[in-house]
Formats: sequence, structure tokens, C-alpha cells
Amino acid sequence: MSKQTKTLNLNFGPQHPAAHGVLRLILELDGEVVEKADPHIGLLHRGTEKLIEHKTYSQAVPYFDRLDYVAPMNQEHAFALAIEKILKIEVPIRAQYIRVLFCEIGRILSHILNITTQALDVGALTPSLWGFEERETLMTFYERVSGSRLHANYFRAGGVHKDLPRGLENDISDFIKKFPKIIDDLETLLTDNRIFKQRNVDIGIVSKQDALDYSFSGVMLRGSNVAWDLRKSQPYDCYEQMEFNIPVGTNGDCYDRYLCRVEEMRESVKIIDQCIKNMPKGPIKTLDGKISPPPKKVLKESMEALIHHFKLFTEGYRVNKDEIYTAVEAPKGEFGVYLISDGSSKPYKCKIRAPGFSHLQAMDYLIKGHMLADVPAVLGSLDIVFGEIDR
Amino acid sequence: MFSLQDLEKKINSELTTKINTSKINHSQIFINIDSEDLIDVILFLKNNENTKFRQLIDITAVDYPQKDKRFKLVYMFLSHEYNSRLVLECLINEDEIVPTITKIYPASNWMEREVFDMYGIKFKDHPDLRRILTDYGFEGFPLRKDFPLTGHNEVRYSEDEKKVIYEPVKLEQNYRNFDYESPWEGTKYINKNTKDK
Repeated sequence: MSKQTKTLNLNFGPQHPAAHGVLRLILELDGEVVEKADPHIGLLHRGTEKLIEHKTYSQAVPYFDRLDYVAPMNQEHAFALAIEKILKIEVPIRAQYIRVLFCEIGRILSHILNITTQALDVGALTPSLWGFEERETLMTFYERVSGSRLHANYFRAGGVHKDLPRGLENDISDFIKKFPKIIDDLETLLTDNRIFKQRNVDIGIVSKQDALDYSFSGVMLRGSNVAWDLRKSQPYDCYEQMEFNIPVGTNGDCYDRYLCRVEEMRESVKIIDQCIKNMPKGPIKTLDGKISPPPKKVLKESMEALIHHFKLFTEGYRVNKDEIYTAVEAPKGEFGVYLISDGSSKPYKCKIRAPGFSHLQAMDYLIKGHMLADVPAVLGSLDIVFGEIDR
Repeated sequence: MFSLQDLEKKINSELTTKINTSKINHSQIFINIDSEDLIDVILFLKNNENTKFRQLIDITAVDYPQKDKRFKLVYMFLSHEYNSRLVLECLINEDEIVPTITKIYPASNWMEREVFDMYGIKFKDHPDLRRILTDYGFEGFPLRKDFPLTGHNEVRYSEDEKKVIYEPVKLEQNYRNFDYESPWEGTKYINKNTKDK
């Protein structure tokens, strides 16, 4: 007598807390072992790239906040850099420092969310409660500088929108003095935690070769022992002047990726500290009136400023014909913008390269042969946010 | 270490006939080839000792509706060893079928699906060429320039049918695309009227 086995198809998501958003994952199960995973994405597709083609360059910036909404300014950075390179604008040093400062705040924001929700997925509730309190503090920094907690719309081609409000530098430096203690606290809950280790060690192992083949970037690559960080290898803005280390993992499993993220937060704290200490005084955006709008005060007195203001907010600035690919090291990996300008004030084409897209693609390869319960653990360590994957 | 110029020269000397044009722009190499040579060139770029473009960053297309060869297919590569980036472009016709590179770079699977979804470019021998980002049962190719920004269908929950239904897009106000290009010279339609008189 032969026993017949049948595989079971399981629909994971699209509304499941451990799916980190609107992921629909169709799993083929043999008992509890996953044989195949087919992620269905696009449930949050808003046509960002199409919309950007119909907006002027400055109107396109807010769309970048809505991609990876956990670390909005890092994305704006890529877009701003792309335009600056085409227009060949010099960004004032102070603006570079402010941008790096807020990119690193974004990195901490994103890593806190990822670490704590990954812990939540494998059964630990407390880290998320502690972590989210810190995120709230960081988001008030966002709010004080840009007026909004999440969708900042703060970076501009040629600098940033406004200078730091009075007292913000002190408050940030107070925060980073306290924050390493919070990381330590989170680590006491997780790093040596028996359950957390059982759920993460040796789960979702990525070899070095596979990490390259599947075009992984960011922590997914560094977790597999590839020391590659765009902030070091292709530095942009003032990252060259910063001193920091790149943590790498050895095994390429979920646990190593967790450790990498924790270490990266500590490195970010270092960078923020250097930014605040070394930040010079000076202008915060390019003084070229054809690109950055004049301050409100001048508007009432100078005819030229008024003309510039009018032109910038109707037509927008024109960008000469060119094509460029620019990438930044976003918290989740290499975030890139492939921009084609045609000489008008709107982009002809703007392709957004989201790191999570390639990471999620490898889901089938990562989860094959694992148990069903490992799906949330692997998914958590991929650090996916659907804003950027679905675009 | 050698410079980007050397790398460009090396690629040019090895692939002489296959490369139409090459240039260095914003410290990246841009290469233009014919679509027949796609596989050969990509295999060379990935495996050659001097190039080692081992990571495929992205694939996308650009639509130029007025040109003979409508689409430009763009591949972006990154080499960790030499810390360099390369952008490979080839022009293709609207109905041309391009060979897939999923065997060379597994990461290209979803990227090619996305290009197919957005532009309708088909890839030969692709293991799983389904739509990826758009809705189930979606028609048309959204990133083509002739696809309207507002799309064709909209969805809403129908209280009568107790389910989500699809309807043609009804706009209370048309999409307003102002001509800001030259407010000083006057808008196009006014210019035309004054010239006629």
C-alpha cells in the first residue's frame, strides 16, 4: 500500500501583521515544510514613476518620501543628488552635513523598526514598545526641521529647504548621548535570548555568491560577509569626512543580519555625533537663484527675487538633456534613481531602484526547505517595506 | 587598480564590432549595443577578469514613441571588485522579443517581469513572464508614453453588488496640464491666434 502525499497551498497575507504590509505570499507546503513561495506584490502600486514624469522636479520630491516611508529622507537624497550631478551644482558644506545627519537619523529610524518588528514576529513584544518610543523622539526631530513627522519633503536639489531651528542641534546631541544605552537595553532582551536565537540562527542563510547573484545590497549583502557600503566605496556628500566602520556578518543568516543592524545603529550614532560637532555655519542651499527659491523676506523688496520665485513655482527649473544613475546607501540597501532629463522642467523618465525589490524576489530561494514558522523570521530579516517595492 | 578610461578601452578592444557607441558620463560607462549581441556582451561583462560586473542592479526601458525603434532597454551593472558602474543600452522595436538573462543573473527575473508589465516588452525563454506590479487582469502598459496618467479603469465598492467593481474612469475635472514652459512668450494657443491675424 502506498501512501499518497499532497502539497497544501497556503495563502499568506495580504493582510497579515507578519507580512510587513500588503504582501500576498502563496506557499506550497509539504506538511510544515515550505516547498515553494510565490510572492505576489503590487498591492500598494501607485504608479510613482508615471506620476513623476508628469511633475516638475521639485514637485517630484514628496513622492520619494512615500517609497520607503520608514526612512523618507534617504530616498530624497538619491533624487537630489541625481539632479545636482546633472546640473553640476555645488552643495554648501553645511547643507551636506545636515543631509548626512538626517540620513543617519533615517537609518536609525528604519533599523529600530526592523529589529523590533522582527523580534515581534518571533514572539518578543517588549522591544517594539521600547523601540517605538525612541522612533517617536527621532520623528520629532524630523518634524522640527521639516514640519512633518513622516513625509518630510526636506531635501532639495542644491541643499535642504530650511536651516535647523534653534536648539535642535543640542537636542539631537542629548539624544545620541542617551541612545547607545537604549541599544544596549534592546540587546539584553534579544542578542543572547534563547528563543530569539533559536528562531534566527541558521535560518535563511545566504551565501556570498548568491547574495551577489540575487543583487542583494545593504545589510543583506554585508550579513553574508561582503564588506560593501556605498557610503565608503562611492562616497557622496560629506561621508568622506566621517569616520565609521562597516559591520559585516559571517554566516549570512537572519541572526547575523540582526547583529549587523544593531552595530550599524551604533555607527550611525557616531556619524551623527561627528556631524553635530563639525557642522560649519553657512548657507544651507545653493545660492543660484535659478534653482533655489529666494527667502521670503527678499521677496517683498527685490523684483528679481519675485521673478525667480514665480518662475520656480510655476515652470520649475529646467534640467539639461542628460541621463544618470545615482545610488545611495539607504538603510535597506542600494537605493538608486535612473533619471533621464530632456531639457524641460519635468523628468522624461525616472526609474526607481528599490533595494527591497531584489530582496523579496529571493524569497523563494531563501525559504525553500524551511518550516512554515520560519517564513515570518526570514521575511522580517529581509527588511521589506512595500512603499518602495510596489512604488 | 585602473581607471574608468582604461576599462572603457578594454571593453572596446575586446568587443570591437559589437559596440555601437561608448562614453563615460558622470563616472559611469555607457555602452550602446544591438539587441542580437545582448547575451554575448552581458556574459563577457560578467565573466571577464577585467570587468567582473557581477551584480545586476536594475533593468528598465525608456519609451520614445516618435522614434523608429521605439524602446530603449537599459541594463545597469555594478562591479564590486573594480568599484565601477556600467549602463548597457540597446534600442529595440515595439514588437521585438528580447532574450532573457535569467540564466546569467537570477535577479533579472522580477526586473524583466516589471519591464514586461510596464512596457509590454517580451522576453524569450523567461521562466515566468507574468505581470508583477499591476492589478490582476490589468490591461495596457502604464509606463508607455501613450498611456494616460489617469488610467482607464477605476475601482469602487458597490453597495448593491456587495463587492468591488471596475468602472471606466470618470473625472469630475480633467487632468490639467498647464503650459508653464514660457509664460513670458505667451501660451501656444494665444501665439497662434495673434500670428494668424
